[in-house]
Amino acid sequence: MHVIVVGLSHKTAPIEVREKLAVPASRLGEALHRLCVYPGIKEGFLLSTCNRVEVYAVVDNMDAGYVGVQNFLADTHLALSADELTPHLYRHIDDRAIAHLFRVAASLDSMVVGEPQILGQMKEAFEAALTHKASGMILNKLVKKAISVAKRVRTETKIAESAVSVSYAAVELAKKIFSNLKEKTVLLVGAGEMAKLAAQHLVNHGIRRVMITTRDTTSAVELAKRFNGLPIPFDEFRHEMAEADIVLCSTGASHYLIRTEDVQRAVRLRMNRPIFLIDISVPRNIDPAVRDIDNAFLFDIDDLETRVEQNREDRRCEAVKAEHLVDAEVGIIQQWMKSLEVRPLIVALRKRAEEIKQTELEKTLTRLKHLSPEDQEAIAGLASAVVNKLLHGSLVTLKAEADSAAGALYLEAARRFFNLVDDGAGHTPSMESQSATNESPASIPVRDPVTASQPSAAELHPVQRSSKAGRSSV
Amino acid sequence: MSVIFLMTTIVLYFIGTGFFLAYLVRRSEALSRVSLIITGIGFLSHSMAVVARMMADNHVLLTSSHDAISFFSWALVLVFLIVELRHRIHILGSFILPLALISLVSAAALPTEVPTLEPVLKTVWLHVTLSILGTVGFAVAFVAGIMYLIQDRLLKSKRFNVLYAKLPPLDFLDNLNQQSIVLGFPLLTLGIIVGAVSAEFAKGSFVSWNPEQTWALVTWVFYCAVLVGRLTVGWRAKRAAYLTIIGFAGVILTFIGVVVKGHGSGA
Repeated sequence: MHVIVVGLSHKTAPIEVREKLAVPASRLGEALHRLCVYPGIKEGFLLSTCNRVEVYAVVDNMDAGYVGVQNFLADTHLALSADELTPHLYRHIDDRAIAHLFRVAASLDSMVVGEPQILGQMKEAFEAALTHKASGMILNKLVKKAISVAKRVRTETKIAESAVSVSYAAVELAKKIFSNLKEKTVLLVGAGEMAKLAAQHLVNHGIRRVMITTRDTTSAVELAKRFNGLPIPFDEFRHEMAEADIVLCSTGASHYLIRTEDVQRAVRLRMNRPIFLIDISVPRNIDPAVRDIDNAFLFDIDDLETRVEQNREDRRCEAVKAEHLVDAEVGIIQQWMKSLEVRPLIVALRKRAEEIKQTELEKTLTRLKHLSPEDQEAIAGLASAVVNKLLHGSLVTLKAEADSAAGALYLEAARRFFNLVDDGAGHTPSMESQSATNESPASIPVRDPVTASQPSAAELHPVQRSSKAGRSSV
Repeated sequence: MSVIFLMTTIVLYFIGTGFFLAYLVRRSEALSRVSLIITGIGFLSHSMAVVARMMADNHVLLTSSHDAISFFSWALVLVFLIVELRHRIHILGSFILPLALISLVSAAALPTEVPTLEPVLKTVWLHVTLSILGTVGFAVAFVAGIMYLIQDRLLKSKRFNVLYAKLPPLDFLDNLNQQSIVLGFPLLTLGIIVGAVSAEFAKGSFVSWNPEQTWALVTWVFYCAVLVGRLTVGWRAKRAAYLTIIGFAGVILTFIGVVVKGHGSGA
């Protein structure tokens, strides 16, 4: 049993390829159903964002799994051939696949490292997988863990602390001047996109009062509606400036709209309360000499970008810490994965005991032909009782320890004590017992059991089989 | 006994100052935790020193310069711990603890014997306590002023370094500056009144116009102007920061004057 991931991201594929593969939320269910039909795929999880399309799957056979998922991806879009697609795909298995999942959730693999959207997108994708019963016990556990690891990374490192967009950098700077944005007023001059975005960020961070002025009155009124603000006539805004704690300027004007004397007057009227001016326009709309006025803090687009670049650098440092954290969590989850092997082991153990019992019974009973059928039954009963009593303790311990950190050790010990060598033969059903604990057993169409149960040399556990029987029965 | 506690405190504050100064330039947040713990233990040890000194000689506190300056240091750290608990501004410690350390070391260097006072001068402890509490307010305003100027400079020159990240917002520092003076000024005023009244009883005149008394009055007038200017014509932000720094320099000069002149006479 393996966990695999096949996918592409902004790092490996251009937008032309990504947009073809992207699965809109409305069609996620259908895609998941389609994914689970491919041979060898026992559980599936599909993450599709504008920067990545990834399929996580639990498979018995690595190669068959890769082929299945790749075919699924190639079939997603008619205009996309497998040859075109394959060079852009990355494939990971087991611990590397889990590490990849954790890194993606923690936004370590994002275009903007530390950006928070990916976690929400992963949660949505997980909801879809649960709803459509595509994911099962293993992927459910892994994705849940990925989400909690991502949260840990966000709280324990500063990866998401600093602003990495120009509009957000404005908010960050505002917070270094004003401790409480709630009581502050922002004046938006012009309707440039970046300034609107910055104003939106400021409102999201508590600013309640927004004043808006644009050259044409209608767009000021429109924007005022959007921000629940107050439109101000353009030729009067300089007089209102003293009211504003933050001035966001972004117009198409080719000259300075706000001159030093305007700011000096505003600062005087404000009785030296600091005023924060952001000039996102190119060419600039606020006279750079405003910098020299006491208690007026002017930042232009270059200043904001410098800040953003520094923050990116900081995030890179924090990302290193986050990587260590992810590594540790992958180690923990791997232990759990190992402990999953307890169920096939128990079945194998029972089978081995049963075989020994039967062989010995046959040998003995052929020699004791004079016994009555009742006596023979009594001897068979005795043998069963001895075997069961002997096994009982070991089985209870194995089950109890399976989930513990030392679970893998117990499994290995049991394997050696009872000489349960993985000979690749005699595969017995292993997943029936698992399906009982499945958090979301997938009811998927019956697949070819032959492909699904092909054993891999890498498998450690002696018994395995497609979970199809167990899962489709639920 | 009190000497042992006092020395322990000095050692702890010394280490704490080291950590707090490292916190100024290093990114690690753990440094602030360590320095806060050390400062907390140092403060307890200092409290023990103060109590032990009161118990040992059974004398009225704060009649010697040693006790007065030691009390100043104690109250300064107390105010820092209160602000820290309320606002979690660790970096304040990087500025206040060195100040507390310097004053404690100077206190330790001063003679500890208690001057024998005429019975009528027994109220001097009240005068000293109030004046010192007022001075603590000015010291905090001074520190807030320095921090304000640094943050103002960093913002103006767009140097977004570690210090920038750790310093609180400008208006927080300006508020801290204002509140410290609003609390410190009435205490100092009361202290001066008590001092003048006891001087009247002892010597028959409210003020004897010796240099340090004159300095003290000049300082008082100065802070009065700072406070009125802030509340009426907007002497806040950078100007307030500069003014409180100058004012505190005056306070320190008065302190030095009192100490050099000898103990007990008071300002």
